[in-house]
Amino acid sequence: MSTREPKCYSKDVNAWFCLDYVRDRSDEITEATTTHVQITVAAVLLGLLIAFPLALLARRYPRLESTVLGVSTGLYTVPSLALLPLLVPLTGLTKTTVVIGLGLYCLTILVRAFLDGLRSVPDEVRESATGLGYGRAKLLLKIELPLALPVIMAGLRVATVSTVALTTIGTVVSEGGLGFLIAEGKSTQFNAELMTGAVLCVVLALVLDLLLVLAQRLLTPWARQGVRA
Amino acid sequence: MNGVLDYLFDAASWTDEGGLLEQLVQQLLLTVTALVVAMAVSLPLALYLGRIGRFGFLAINVSNIGRAVPTFALLALLARFSWPGSAEFGPYGRAGLATLVALVLFALPPLITQSYVAMREVAPEAKEAARGMGMTGSQQFWRVELPLGLPLVMSGVRLALVQVWATATIAALVGGPGLGNVIRLGFANTDRRSEGIAGALLVAAIALLLEGAMALAQRAADPVPQTRSRARKQGLSPVPPTVGAAAESDG
Repeated sequence: MSTREPKCYSKDVNAWFCLDYVRDRSDEITEATTTHVQITVAAVLLGLLIAFPLALLARRYPRLESTVLGVSTGLYTVPSLALLPLLVPLTGLTKTTVVIGLGLYCLTILVRAFLDGLRSVPDEVRESATGLGYGRAKLLLKIELPLALPVIMAGLRVATVSTVALTTIGTVVSEGGLGFLIAEGKSTQFNAELMTGAVLCVVLALVLDLLLVLAQRLLTPWARQGVRA
Repeated sequence: MNGVLDYLFDAASWTDEGGLLEQLVQQLLLTVTALVVAMAVSLPLALYLGRIGRFGFLAINVSNIGRAVPTFALLALLARFSWPGSAEFGPYGRAGLATLVALVLFALPPLITQSYVAMREVAPEAKEAARGMGMTGSQQFWRVELPLGLPLVMSGVRLALVQVWATATIAALVGGPGLGNVIRLGFANTDRRSEGIAGALLVAAIALLLEGAMALAQRAADPVPQTRSRARKQGLSPVPPTVGAAAESDG
């Protein structure tokens, strides 16, 4: 009988980096990564959906601005390990809880990004558009938003990268995506699992950031031409 | 909700072994130590680099990198390594050293970025005037540049403090000390759910308290009262808009 080499993730070896682990447990890892991406994307989208009207409101009524910014900033102060459990009585131990919590955190960055972005549109441009007969809605959608896009996208990138990292805390309410691998790896002293979860988190953040940069390039072709010329 | 209040207002839940008081003291101790260490390491360096205007790219981007690393993952890794490990560390409790190291690491980016930017943002006219008055280099720094940059430096300290407090809570998820234990245990047992929620409330309340105290300190540190109204108009925030602007100007 030939002596078989113990796998690098066996209890005796317990290596930090182990490709065999990734291969043998690929189902589990894929599932955790998918959940992680789902939660992150849903949370950022939720953040965008709330932040946009809030920013418009703050812009329309300057008196509300400090309140809107104060609340959205104050939310960030609450530690994630406290915020997620506080949402549990409302939505239970579900992905929804994590998505809502992380979506709220995104507001800090996104509301400000929308406001700064819209403010970066030169007044002359706005006036010319009005002169050309643009109504308020058309002005916003066709002129202001595209021109504000670089600033908004910068905020969106920050929000996305932070959300990827924060999603791991979702394990406290049993839905953490890759955070589950980290938590399980720590509690069962399974080094490969812990390290794989941690590395994938950072990789995921970088990949999503890159995708957003590419999206921005595609969405703002005029900026690219400007740089070249 | 009744269970939550009962637990919070029961003296035993505070004074018991591993109770709220013990965890609270541990977490405050961790937070303060980590912040002081991080400030001692980063402020001299970042202020110096900001003054001479070198390594701006690094100083600005360290915050972006810090954001991508999950606190949870780093805490878990540090506690798993043989050093710093999860051994008892004096009054800091279980895995105290690993938690401290992680907290210091997470406090560094905001401190470095904000103090660097603070030195770059000092009006060149003010520096020139100081030189014209015959101030030496160190006089310029202590009497002009530092006071003018102090509000921004303080905003970095404020960001770092809030972040360290939040991270210290997470330490409990990976066997570390602090109030996170109350939350973790509460949610691990269905019949103790109200304790978890009570712990979460306590952590959130103290975070808001720390943030408020730092906001006051930041305001008190402003040497030029006019800038206050400007700051208010922009809405004081832990995500200062100046970082992006400075990143652009530094190329």
